[in-house]
Amino acid sequence: MSTTVDPGTKGRILVVDDDASLAEMLSIVLRQEGFDSELCGRGDEAMATFRDYRPDLVLLDLMLPGLDGIEVCKQIRAESGVPIVMLTAKGDTVDVVVGLESGADDYVVKPFKPKELVARIRARMRKFDDADSEALAIGDLVIDVAGHTVTRDGSPIALTPLEFDLLVCLARKPHQVFSREILLEQVWGYRHAADTRLVNVHVQRLRSKVEHDPENPEIVVTVRGVGYKAGSQ
Amino acid sequence: MLRRVLTVWRRSIQARVVVTTVLLSALAVSAVGWLLLQQVRDGLLQHRVDAVLAESATEVADARDRLSAASSVDVDASGQQRDLVEPIIQRGATRGFDVVMAGPINRDGENPGGRIADGGAEFSPGLDTASVPVRLEDHFARRDGTAWTYTTIRSTDGDTVTSVPGIVVGSQVELPADGLTYVLYFLYPLNEEQETLGLVTRALLAAGALLLLLVAGVTWLVTRQVVTPIRLARQVAERLAAGQLQERLRVHGEDDLARLAISFNQMASNLQRQIRQLEELSRVQRRFTSDVSHELRTPLTTVRMAGDVLHDARGRFDPAASRAAELLQTELDRFERLLVDLLEISRFDAGAAVLETDDVNLVDVVHRVVDAAQPLARKRGVEVAVRAPDRPCLAEADVRRVERILRNLVANAIDHAAAPPTPGVPAIVVSVDADDQAAAVAVRDYGVGLAPGESAMVFNRFWRADPARDRSSGGTGLGLAISLEDTHLHGGWLQAWGRPGGGAQFRLTLPRRVGGPLHHSPLPLVPTDAGERVS
Repeated sequence: MSTTVDPGTKGRILVVDDDASLAEMLSIVLRQEGFDSELCGRGDEAMATFRDYRPDLVLLDLMLPGLDGIEVCKQIRAESGVPIVMLTAKGDTVDVVVGLESGADDYVVKPFKPKELVARIRARMRKFDDADSEALAIGDLVIDVAGHTVTRDGSPIALTPLEFDLLVCLARKPHQVFSREILLEQVWGYRHAADTRLVNVHVQRLRSKVEHDPENPEIVVTVRGVGYKAGSQ
Repeated sequence: MLRRVLTVWRRSIQARVVVTTVLLSALAVSAVGWLLLQQVRDGLLQHRVDAVLAESATEVADARDRLSAASSVDVDASGQQRDLVEPIIQRGATRGFDVVMAGPINRDGENPGGRIADGGAEFSPGLDTASVPVRLEDHFARRDGTAWTYTTIRSTDGDTVTSVPGIVVGSQVELPADGLTYVLYFLYPLNEEQETLGLVTRALLAAGALLLLLVAGVTWLVTRQVVTPIRLARQVAERLAAGQLQERLRVHGEDDLARLAISFNQMASNLQRQIRQLEELSRVQRRFTSDVSHELRTPLTTVRMAGDVLHDARGRFDPAASRAAELLQTELDRFERLLVDLLEISRFDAGAAVLETDDVNLVDVVHRVVDAAQPLARKRGVEVAVRAPDRPCLAEADVRRVERILRNLVANAIDHAAAPPTPGVPAIVVSVDADDQAAAVAVRDYGVGLAPGESAMVFNRFWRADPARDRSSGGTGLGLAISLEDTHLHGGWLQAWGRPGGGAQFRLTLPRRVGGPLHHSPLPLVPTDAGERVS
C-alpha cells in the first residue's frame, strides 16, 4: 500500500465530477469500502484540489465545467503518475481513446455497478507482489522492482505505476507472448475480457517513453495477431 | 472490330440516327432516281421512235414512187430490187441508218420465204443481217403493213465488230418486176439516246450521292446539337451520383434543351437540399443520442449506486423494505441493459457505429464467451460444449462486436435450451469453422425451436416468440437486433434455423476481410442432426 495512506483508510481518492448527487453517492460508496475521498465539481479547480489533497487515485469525469476532463487529465499527468480512472458517459471509441491517450489508466462507462468501480480502483491501487527485490533487465533497461524505478545507462525514466506494471509484467517472462486479454487480466485486473484498446493505447504510451524509436519498437515488440512480448535482447 | 462497331452503335444515338437517316434517304433517292430514269428513257425512246417511223415512212413512200414510175416490165426482179435499194443504202450511210431488203415473200406456198437467211437480200455493207430479229421477219411472213421493234445492231467494219442498240422498222413494197412483196428493213442505231441516258444516269448518281452526303452531314449536325447537351447532362448526372452535389448544368437560351437543363438543375438542387437535410437530421440524431446517453447515464449511475447501497443494507430493513430493495436492484439491472441496448440501436440507426477491426481468432472468442456464460448455464443445469478445429479460425473483425454477438447467441440458447434429448449430450453446441474466405460460428440448441417463418422474425426489435413467455435471463428484446446490425457492419450474415420441437441454430458468418465477398459459410445453417432429433 502507498505510504501516504492515512491510518485507518485504504487510500485517498479524488472524485472530480460536476454532478453533485453522483459525487456524493460515490463518496458514500467509497467510504463504505474504506477509502477516504475528496470531491471537486469543477475542472478548473481540479488541479488545486489535487495538489492540496495529494490523492492515491483520481476518479475523473470527462465532461466538466471550467476545464475539460481531458485537459485535467493531461495536467495531472504532467506532474504525477497517480492512477487516473475516467468516468465516461460515452462508450464511443473516440472519447475513450482520447481519454486514454491523454493519460488515463483505465475507464468505467456510466452507468457502472459500484462493485465494478471498486474493483477497478482496487486493481489500480494494488501493487505487484514486491516480496523479492529483484532487478529485471529488458533491452538496455534496468528495472528495480522494489525501488519502482526504471533506468537506462543509470538515468531514470519516469513511468506511471501502470506503465511500470506493464513493463514488469512483460519483463518477468521475456520469452512469453502476452495476448491483450492476458495483459488486461494481469495488469489491469480484469477477470473477463474487456476493452483491448486499453492495452493498445498504453503500450503506445509506454513505447514513447522507453523506446529509442517508437516507430520501430525493440523493447515492447508486437507479435501480429497474438499480442506483445519483451524485446529479445 | 465488329464488336467495336456494335458498341458504337449501341452507345451512340448520334451514330444510330445518322445511319438510319442515311439509309432511309438512300432508299428514297434510289426510288426517285429510278423513276426519273424510266421517264427520261421512255421519253427519249418515244421521241426517237416517232422520228424513225416518220423517216422510214418517207423512205418507203419515196421507194414506192420510184417503183410506180418504173413500173414497166423491162428488168428482172433482182435488178429492180438492187436499183430500188441502192439509193436508199447510200442515203442510209449518210444519215446513219442501215437498210436490209429481204427476198420476196410467197404467202401461198408451203414456205412463205422472205427470210434474209434464204439469200437474195440486199443490205448496207458491213451489216450483220442477223440484226433483224426473226420475230419481225415472222411477222411479215403473215401480215402486211409497217412494224417496228427494238434490236441490237451488229456490224463489221474491217475486223472490228460493233454492237449497238437500235430500232428496226420494216415496211413492205411490191416489185412490179415479179409482182412479189419484198420487205424493207430500216435499222436505226440508238447510240445517241444511250449516251444521253448514260449522262443522265451519271448525273443522277452524282446528285444522289451528294444528297446523301448532305443528309448525313445535316443529320449529324442536328443530332449533335441535341446529343451534346444530353452528354453534358449525363456527365453532370454521373458527378452528382458520385456525390459532387454542387455540380450544375450551364443553361444557354430558352429552348427545350435549356428547359431540360433548368429542370435538371432544379432536380439537383432539390436532391442536394434533401441530402443536406438528411445529413443534418442524422447529425442531430447522433448528437441527440449522445446527449441523451450522457444525460441519462449520470443520474442512472447515482440511482444504481444508491440501489446497491440499499441492497447491501437490506438485512437491516423490515421485510417489505428489504424486498423493495431487491426489486429495485433487479429492475435497475434490467433498466440499465435496456438503456444500453436502446442507445446502441440508435447509434446504428444514426449510422454512427464504426468498426475497429483486427485479425480475430474466433476459436478464442468462442471459448471466452462460453467460459463467461458457464455460471448462467450451470444455474440452468445446461451443458455448453464447443466444437472447434485445432487451427485458428481467423476473420478480420471488431472483436468487441463479435463477442457481443456471440454472447447474445449463447445467452439466447441458454434461455431456450431444454433438457438434452439424449443423456450425456450437451444441450448447447457451439461450433466454429473457417476457410480462406469466411469464418463461421453456429450455436445449436435443442429447445422449443422456431415455428416456420419465425427464423426471420427473431431479429426484429422486441420480438417475442411467445408473448406469454417470460424473459428469464432478462434479455431486453434488442439483443438479436443489435447482433444483426453488428453483423451487417462486418458485411457478414446472421441467420437462424429452427424447427418446432427440433431446436434452433443461429449461424454467424463473417468474411475473411471486412466487406469482402461472402458466397458461402464454412458451417451449414441447417444442422446435420436436424432430422434425427425430431421425435
